[in-house]
Amino acid sequence: MSDKPRVGVVTYPGSQDDRDALWALAALDAEAVPVWHADAELPELDAVVLPGGFSYGDYLRCGAIARFSPVTRAVIDFANDGGVVLGICNGFQILCEAGLLPGVLLRNASLRFVCRDVQLRVERDDLPFTSRCTAGQTLVIPVKHGDGRYVPPPELDPAQVVLRYLDNPNGSVDDIAGVCNENGNVMGLMPHPEHAVDALLGSDHGALILASLVGAASARSGDALTSP
Amino acid sequence: MKATVLVRPKPGILDPQGDAVESALEHLGFAVSGARVGKVVDLEVTATDPAEARAQVEKMCEQLLANPLIESYEIELVE
Repeated sequence: MSDKPRVGVVTYPGSQDDRDALWALAALDAEAVPVWHADAELPELDAVVLPGGFSYGDYLRCGAIARFSPVTRAVIDFANDGGVVLGICNGFQILCEAGLLPGVLLRNASLRFVCRDVQLRVERDDLPFTSRCTAGQTLVIPVKHGDGRYVPPPELDPAQVVLRYLDNPNGSVDDIAGVCNENGNVMGLMPHPEHAVDALLGSDHGALILASLVGAASARSGDALTSP
Repeated sequence: MKATVLVRPKPGILDPQGDAVESALEHLGFAVSGARVGKVVDLEVTATDPAEARAQVEKMCEQLLANPLIESYEIELVE
């Protein structure tokens, strides 16, 4: 086995961005491990990414069905043990439905699918997902979704907001683009960092988020190697 | 026993679908306001006791059919 940190990317029926996520993570020097939705157990992993797409056709509510797939139960256990989990777009919706993240994502206020680069302000740089960023920094990363309007629970701690839109594309409450759980080991965001890892494609700011994740996974993998 | 579940967006939750439907109805010449779009789930449960059936459907609503943060639900049982 290589010394690279192992980052799993889950493929659900209807996932779309799993291959881009695998490619981007490998480009950032992780060992990107495909994980199948029907697997009840995760392989040995240092972090997990739930990618974008339309799992189970977005039936009922986005992410509502994926939440009950065997692999999601394993991801919930992984997160509850302190494992680092990132949900992108549909992955964010799944994490909300699974109760790992607060809130819910609803139809865009415009009722239109939005697909364009957005500007984001980094609110926190002390997380496994943002350690390569600087608080206050502006990132340019594309969004592409029809259901991205974030509605937080009334009791949401503002400190859990990780990213805010500078030009809110979907009507999210308080311009929220990304949130984390109370422990800071689970994060979801609507923009797609895996589509922004090469300047040739418009922006490489997404690499800051994914490289942070790979760095955190690497630290965890190192811990595992040195522990008795 | 048959059950019908009505799922509605809670008051205060922005419902752009409802707004779009309302504006389309206005274009058709109807005087309307307060349109909200929810969903209906029809299902059949094997339980024959109404109280038992209702209890089961309530669990379904809480676990899957509705998201309590944004939606309320109403259950109708048809014997």
